[in-house]
Amino acid sequence: MHVDETTVRRIARLARIKITDEEAKGLEKELSGILDWVEQLKQVDTDAVEPMTRVVAQDLKKRQDVVTDGAKVDDIVANAPLSEDHFFVVPKVVE
Amino acid sequence: MTDLTKLTLAEARAGLQRKEFSAVELTRAHLDAIEKANGALNAFILVTADHALAQAKASDERLAKGGARLLEGLPLGHKDLFCTKGIRTTACSKILDDFKPTYESTVGQNLWDAGAVMLGKLNNDEFAMGSSNETSAFGSVVSPWRRLGTDGKPKADKLVPGGSSGGSSAAVAAGLCLGATATDTGGSIRQPAALTGTVGIKPTYGRCSRWGIVAFASSLDQAGPIARTVEDAAMMLRSMASSDPKDTTSVDMPVPDYVKQMKEGVKGLRVGVPKEYRVDGMSKEIEALWDKGIAWLKAAGASIHEISLPHTKYALPAYYIVAPAEASSNLARYDGVRYGLRVKGDDLIDTYENTRAAGFGKEVKRRILIGTYVLSAGYYDAYYLKAQKVRTLIKRDFDQAWDKVDVVLTPTTPSPAFAEGEKTGDPLAMYLEDIFTVTVNMAGLPGISVPAGLSGEGTPLGLQLIGKPFDEGTLFRSAKAIEDAAGHFSPAQRWWLG
Repeated sequence: MHVDETTVRRIARLARIKITDEEAKGLEKELSGILDWVEQLKQVDTDAVEPMTRVVAQDLKKRQDVVTDGAKVDDIVANAPLSEDHFFVVPKVVE
Repeated sequence: MTDLTKLTLAEARAGLQRKEFSAVELTRAHLDAIEKANGALNAFILVTADHALAQAKASDERLAKGGARLLEGLPLGHKDLFCTKGIRTTACSKILDDFKPTYESTVGQNLWDAGAVMLGKLNNDEFAMGSSNETSAFGSVVSPWRRLGTDGKPKADKLVPGGSSGGSSAAVAAGLCLGATATDTGGSIRQPAALTGTVGIKPTYGRCSRWGIVAFASSLDQAGPIARTVEDAAMMLRSMASSDPKDTTSVDMPVPDYVKQMKEGVKGLRVGVPKEYRVDGMSKEIEALWDKGIAWLKAAGASIHEISLPHTKYALPAYYIVAPAEASSNLARYDGVRYGLRVKGDDLIDTYENTRAAGFGKEVKRRILIGTYVLSAGYYDAYYLKAQKVRTLIKRDFDQAWDKVDVVLTPTTPSPAFAEGEKTGDPLAMYLEDIFTVTVNMAGLPGISVPAGLSGEGTPLGLQLIGKPFDEGTLFRSAKAIEDAAGHFSPAQRWWLG
């Protein structure tokens, strides 16, 4: 599976990671190598196989739909790079 | 007075109870060792001396009054993947910057509730992605082990301590702590244990709560201990494991007394040896080590059976779809808005892109991009779904094996410790380090690595035992039989104390 530079840039954009031209070239080779290697999974017949969703059969835990936590606004913004009056501050999004 | 940093966890516990030394003395001895050694080894990235001494003092009060808990006063190292309340937690990534969690991980809390003392936070590969502890934003960890030259003297080359829990394995092997926490997504507890002559167990998925552990690949991640003996690992796991309502994948099962189970012996135990693990290019000394392990278990009363796990060779490629896919999703949270690093850009998207470009290291970016690719529109079925189906087949191989055997014996790694920089140029060569450990994560099973001998270069080698779900007890029993036969391994000289 060859991943070309355009694809690398598209993927990097989706992942929200800025990459340099040099990085894009290196990643083209590395990602292609890794994807070539995982191609061998095609040898396995999985037509009648269910995907694994749980490691151990266990009912999903349920709890009452009530508030058990909260009033931690200070904690939530404590590590924010920029906050004001308990809001996260980001660059302007809407013109 | 005995060197307190050479005691096992069990010996230190006995010494505290007999009042041969205090918890403060025990903690100070380890803090002193860290101060002397950390420049050379880089195992700790944050030493919390005041915190540790306060915990030790509280433990001494409890020891004096009676009512000591399971790990009372015992100093441990804590992998930086575990969130610690008010204490910097970074997963060894620049992107978390100076993050100070406002909560404690469940596994950490369980240890402190059992009386353990935290010496500090341990180095690891960035976001636990790596097999050599060379991807950490805090720099590489150096193994206390060195290769021996033909003249019998240690060579100068720096060896890796394995990864991702390389700070944990190096610190335990070097006597900087009595035991350490670790995490394992594809082999990150067992491989570093094998490369440093320590014992490491990854319990069954769901045995330890994942709450408060920085997430890498959520369907694979598990916490476990690295320690100097099988008994020490059993003591630590008993306190780390629990049922936790905060993690919906945590199981509601009581935690047994693993130390008691460890003492039950292996008479009558059926041990499976999978033929598919005799891979091409396996070194002669690994093969010989494996045969020795078989002989030791046989001599201790177990029976040996050849088994087949036909989908073994597909575990590693399937892992390199599942793990990056889950990582790309988990690591989407690092956006420079709510915590951690922010690098300003022209607008919000530019800020995200700049922040993530500056904050993530090379290997983490590579895995996020692979994960983003395999999850992108049109590829989900061909990659992630396919890999999850292969996972079902890997698990089925083991389910069928459990009809014939109680435990499976394999080598932990395909080769002994390598030198710094030896495998960093080729991601696939590094990924192959996990070839024997990764199947266990894919199937969700428990696995333990126990030291079994030394390589021709004088460095440690480990054997791995794989068990049925929640049968950690049998792993401790069989690992103990190997430990009893093989003995313990530590570096000839404590050169790192300078």
